Amino acid sequence: MNFELLIQLVVNGLIVGLLYGVIGMCFVLVYKSTQIVNFAQGEFLLIGAWVCWASLIYLELPFFAGFLLSLCFMAAFGVLLQMIVLRPMIGEPIISVIMVTIGLSIFFQALMKWIFGVSPQSYPQVFDTQTINIMGLNIEMAYLMSTIIALVIMIAFYLFFKHSKHGLAMRATAFDQQVSQSLGISVKHVFAMSWGIAATVSATAGIVIGMVNGVSDSLSIMGIKVFPAVILGGLDSIIGAIVGGLIIGVLENVAEFFDSQYLNIGNMYDIAPFYVLLIILWFKPYGLFGTKDIERI
Amino acid sequence: MSSLTMRPCGDFRTSYKQDNTIFETKTIRWVTIFTIIALCFAPVLLDGYFITLLIQISYLGIAALGLNILVGYTGQISLGHGAFFGFGAFASAWLNTSFNIPVFLCIPLAGFLTMAVGMMFGAPAARIKGLYLAIATLASQFIIEDFFARAEWFSGGASGSMAEPVKLFGFVFDTDQSFYYIALFALVFMFIWGCNLMRSRDGRAFIAVRDHYLSAEIMGVKLNKYRLLSFGISSFYAGIGGALYAHYLGYVSAEGFTIMMSIQFLGMIIIGGLGSIKGTLMGVIFMVFLPEVLSSGVGFMKMTDWGNIPMVIDGLAYIKEMAIGLVIIGFLIFEPEGLSHRWTQIKNYWKFYPFAY
Repeated sequence: MNFELLIQLVVNGLIVGLLYGVIGMCFVLVYKSTQIVNFAQGEFLLIGAWVCWASLIYLELPFFAGFLLSLCFMAAFGVLLQMIVLRPMIGEPIISVIMVTIGLSIFFQALMKWIFGVSPQSYPQVFDTQTINIMGLNIEMAYLMSTIIALVIMIAFYLFFKHSKHGLAMRATAFDQQVSQSLGISVKHVFAMSWGIAATVSATAGIVIGMVNGVSDSLSIMGIKVFPAVILGGLDSIIGAIVGGLIIGVLENVAEFFDSQYLNIGNMYDIAPFYVLLIILWFKPYGLFGTKDIERI
Repeated sequence: MSSLTMRPCGDFRTSYKQDNTIFETKTIRWVTIFTIIALCFAPVLLDGYFITLLIQISYLGIAALGLNILVGYTGQISLGHGAFFGFGAFASAWLNTSFNIPVFLCIPLAGFLTMAVGMMFGAPAARIKGLYLAIATLASQFIIEDFFARAEWFSGGASGSMAEPVKLFGFVFDTDQSFYYIALFALVFMFIWGCNLMRSRDGRAFIAVRDHYLSAEIMGVKLNKYRLLSFGISSFYAGIGGALYAHYLGYVSAEGFTIMMSIQFLGMIIIGGLGSIKGTLMGVIFMVFLPEVLSSGVGFMKMTDWGNIPMVIDGLAYIKEMAIGLVIIGFLIFEPEGLSHRWTQIKNYWKFYPFAY
C-alpha cells in the first residue's frame, strides 16, 4: 500500500473538495432563497472563466484587473438572468423550473463552445513558482491560492449573512417569503441578489480551476459533480454543502486510488460520487444537515 | 378524454363508456384512421429523406411517450431517459447476437429488460420525489452511461455492437422503405396502448398520484406501487424505442446516449405538452424538424451575399444545440402547456369564429 500517494491524494481531495464546497454553497444559496435548483451552475463557472480569459488575452489587462472585471460582469449577468428568465417562473411546477435551468445550461454551454472553441486554453502565468513543498507534500501554487480563496469566500459568506442587513434580509426570505415581504423586505431584490452572488462566487471558482487545468467546456461538469456534495450535506444547508464538498472531494480521490491499486474497474474518479449519491438518497434523502420536509394537506 | 375541449352541439355523453372513448368525436376518429392509412403510402409518395425523418419520429416518439407517461401523467421527473433508450438498443442487439433470438422477439424482450433496469433505478422514487428524484435519475444516467463504456460483454465497449435488421417470415427489413412499416406499426401500436393505459384504472391512479399524492394515498391508491409501475412502463417504452433505433441503424455505439439525449426527450414532451398523448407526437415532430429547418436555413443563407458568414456556417452544430435550449426556455415561459394546448386554442378560435366567445 502506497501511503505517500494516498496522503497526497487525500490532500488534493481536500483542496478540490473545498472548491466543491464553494460551488455547493452558491447552489444552496440559490435553492434556499429562491427554491430553484440551478442546473446551470456549471455554466457560471464556464462563463466566468472564459470572460476572465478573454479579458486577459484580448484586453491584455493585468490578472487582478481582469479578475475583478469578470466578477463584475458575472454579478450583472446573474442578476439579469434572474430578472429575464427566472422571474416569470415563480410559482411554476418544479419540473418547469428544473427544465428552464437545464435549457439555460445547454444554451450557454453551446454558446461558449461556439465563441471560444472546444480546445482548452490556459491562463497566462500568474505565479513565479509552480509548486511549493509543505511538510513533504508537493502542492501547486494555484491550489494553495484556491484554498485561500475558498476559505476567504466562506468567511465572507459567514460575515455577510450574520452581520449585514442584506444578509439578514436573505435569511429572512429563506425562512418565510410571505412574512418577510410583509415586513418590508423586497423579495425581488433578494432573489436577484442571490443569483448575482451565486454567479460571482461560482465564477471565482471557475477562474481558480481554470488556472490549474486550463479553461475548456469540461468546467461545466463541476456543476453536475456538485450535486452529490449538496445532496450529501442536505440541499438547504450551507454548512452541509461545505462538509459534503470535502467528503466528496476526498472520496473521489480515494476511490480512484483503490481502483488503480486493487480493483482496476476504471473511471472511478468520475462515477464514484454518483453511486454515493444514489446510496444517500436511498437511506437519508435529506442529507446530513438538511431539514426534513413535513407536508400538510 | 378531457372535457375541456369543445364538443359539437348536441353531442352529449350519457354513460362513462362514452366519456372514455379514445377519440373524442367521430371526426377525430376518422381523421386519425385516414392519416394512418395515408402514412402507409408514404414510402411510395415521399423521397428517402422524409422517410428517414418519419422513422426517427417513430422511435423517438415511442420513447417520448414513455417519458410523458412518467413525467406528464405521474408527475415524476426523470433525467435518465436517454440512458434507458440506449439500454434498450444495446439489450436488443445483445440478445440477438448472444442468444440468437429472432429480432422481432428481441425488440419486446429488450423492452422488458429495460423495464427491469428502469424499475431498479426508479426504486428510490418510492421514497423521494420532485427534485431529489430528478437528481437521483441524473445519477442513474451517468452510471448507466459508464456501464455502456465498460461492459464489453454487453455493449461491445468502445467499439460498439452490431445489430441485425428485422427478419420476419424470410423477409428482411433492411431498407428504409421496408423498415418504415415496422416503425409505423410499432408507433401506432404503442400509442394505442398508451391511450388505453390512460383510460384504465392504472392510468387514473397515475393521474391521481400526480395531482395530489397525499390525497391519492388516502383514497387508497398505493403510491409506491404506482410510482414504480410508472417508471417501469416508461422504461419499457424507452427500451422499445431504443431497440427499433438499434435495428434501424444496424450499429449501436455508446456515445449517443448522453444526458443531452435525456434532455431532448424532456424537451420534446414539454414542447408538445405534459400529460398529452397527442402533444407527445407534436413535440417529437417539432424536435426532429428543428435541426433540419436550421440546417436548411443556414444552407440557404450560405447562397446569399449577405448571409455567407463563416462563423454561422461553421457553428451550425452549436446553433442547433443553442436552439434546443432556447426553445425549451421559450416554451416554458410563454406556453408552458405546450403545442397541444395551443392546438386546442386554435381549434376553439375557429369554432367560435367570428365571435370570440
